[in-house]
Amino acid sequence: MAAIELAALSKVYPGGVTALDAVDLTIADGEFFALLGPSGCGKTTLLRTIAGLEEATGGAVRIGGDDVTALPPGRRDVAMVFQDYALFPHMSVSDNIAYPLRIKKVAGAERRAKAAETAGALGLGGLLERRPGQLSGGQQQRVALARAMAYRPRAFLLDEPLSNLDARMRLEARTFLKRLQRELRVTCVFVTHDQAEALALADRIAVLDDGRVRQIGTPAEVFRRPANTFVASFIGSTPMNLLDGVVTGDGRVGVGGVPLPAGEHGLPDGERVTFAVRPEYLGYGTEPVPGALPGRVTVVENLGSAQLVTLDGDAGSVQVVVDEDVPVPLGATGYAAPRPERVLLYRRDGELAAPEAPHAGA
Amino acid sequence: MTPARAVRVVVRYTFVCAVLGFFTLPLLWLAFAPFDRDPSIAASLPQFTLHNFRELLDNEQALRSLRNSLVLAAGTGGIVVTLAAAAAYALSRVRLPGRDGLLYALLLLSSIVTGTAAMVPLFNLAYELDLIDSQLGVILVLSGGLLPSAIFILKDFTDTTPRSYEESARVFGASPLQIVAHIVVPLIRPGLATIAVWSVAQVWGNFLIPFLLLRSPEKSPAAVVMYTFYTEGGQPDLALISTFSLLYSLPVVVMFLFVSSRYGFRFHGGIKH
Repeated sequence: MAAIELAALSKVYPGGVTALDAVDLTIADGEFFALLGPSGCGKTTLLRTIAGLEEATGGAVRIGGDDVTALPPGRRDVAMVFQDYALFPHMSVSDNIAYPLRIKKVAGAERRAKAAETAGALGLGGLLERRPGQLSGGQQQRVALARAMAYRPRAFLLDEPLSNLDARMRLEARTFLKRLQRELRVTCVFVTHDQAEALALADRIAVLDDGRVRQIGTPAEVFRRPANTFVASFIGSTPMNLLDGVVTGDGRVGVGGVPLPAGEHGLPDGERVTFAVRPEYLGYGTEPVPGALPGRVTVVENLGSAQLVTLDGDAGSVQVVVDEDVPVPLGATGYAAPRPERVLLYRRDGELAAPEAPHAGA
Repeated sequence: MTPARAVRVVVRYTFVCAVLGFFTLPLLWLAFAPFDRDPSIAASLPQFTLHNFRELLDNEQALRSLRNSLVLAAGTGGIVVTLAAAAAYALSRVRLPGRDGLLYALLLLSSIVTGTAAMVPLFNLAYELDLIDSQLGVILVLSGGLLPSAIFILKDFTDTTPRSYEESARVFGASPLQIVAHIVVPLIRPGLATIAVWSVAQVWGNFLIPFLLLRSPEKSPAAVVMYTFYTEGGQPDLALISTFSLLYSLPVVVMFLFVSSRYGFRFHGGIKH
């Protein structure tokens, strides 16, 4: 168990492609930490650099206070679960789980006992003699986790742990993973491109883009107060509405000619801003009310318990989540009223301007 | 059935039978002649006898030549499999400028190296290195000729082995040698078996190189010795040749059957696609 500290960690590939651009990050001991970002953002490179599979071109990696930047992967005392699980196909489940112990020169009988114990704890008891190819995706993943556990590492590194499972298995595995991490109390870093996965699993999330950390925070912080328009558009199962607006005075922001309430903010009149509000935080109505954006209903997407309605108006496209019982005919005119306490304003450079942070450092 | 169609069927089957006979007759000869009291070049039902085998077992040179063949084949096979595996693994894991060009050039040249075109330089080289009439010399020349193709075939196996297996082992602290022994070799075992069988078969049937480089009859392999089986009258000794041929072909057939039953499959799974 150990904290992981990254100090100005950089990775520039020969040829000049910058994968990591001076990443500073501290992952606390026992924390479940997500590296989240779109594909190509450097999150997997970051994980592999922590593991030692990629060599950093600048900065330092410290695990439990020890500088491991120059150490080979095998001496960093971390276990990695690969996206494809990388179970050795010619070894039985038992031999796979015991492989780290074989490297540590543990005797055969003890290895097998340890493998059986770990497998039993993960519900793999009856599968010890099977080959990986004879297991389902979920079972393969648990074998990979068992193998990592048998190593007793200071930290777990998981590369897209759920991406190879089908949708139903994924939810099950997500809950399983979270419970396992709670029980083991082990530092755990995982990479994902799925914001819902990161929100559900992680204690804290680092959102990455283009080799840089764009925001670090708890799932609630990242969801409620995205630090910039990149994070705002990336987080959330329905994309955040980002609308061009101008501060018009008395706290309102004009969007497409409609003055909208925007809560407390210290921005001067005439400042051009991005008015941001999640589709969940807009009220839908069929009657014009002050502080509501009008638009024609062009798309209705059924989300199960709700529907996602797209309104096209002067402000551009606005998406609203509407209760499943409300009839929304296509082509009708609807009105979307943002809840002022949920509105975020971003400056032209994309950074969050309002509301101010509730307390310093959050 | 119309008469025209019937004719077509008859013609087709006659043709197939002719082709079949063309390929079967030599094999029938190989199967029957060794048991014939008086073998000729024609394949005929034998007047059954094991006399030819008794005679062959008494022929010291014949048995020794089979042992020599075994030495050459095992030596070459061992060198080719070991070096080709190491080279293929390195070539598929290390980025090297001009790697593919190098491979293709080697492949092209290899067909010349052990071929008739290089007879004189090969002989000169062996002479300068004092490897004339040495089985080591034959093994080295044959290995050199087989290696490029072996590397080429094995690289296909190592290329398709996902790196994450090795990386996974590395993170657990496995040394490069352990990774090769525990992970890479078992994974490319079908490829290694293929290369082993192929190189042994190549050496087993090679006449030119040992004929060229070996002087003393007691070092010659079976392929060369068979060439010397004549009667005192200068006629080919068909009884000896046929019996020896059968004995000579058996090891390769047995080896093929064994390897094919053991490695005629590939591992599946472990990596989710």
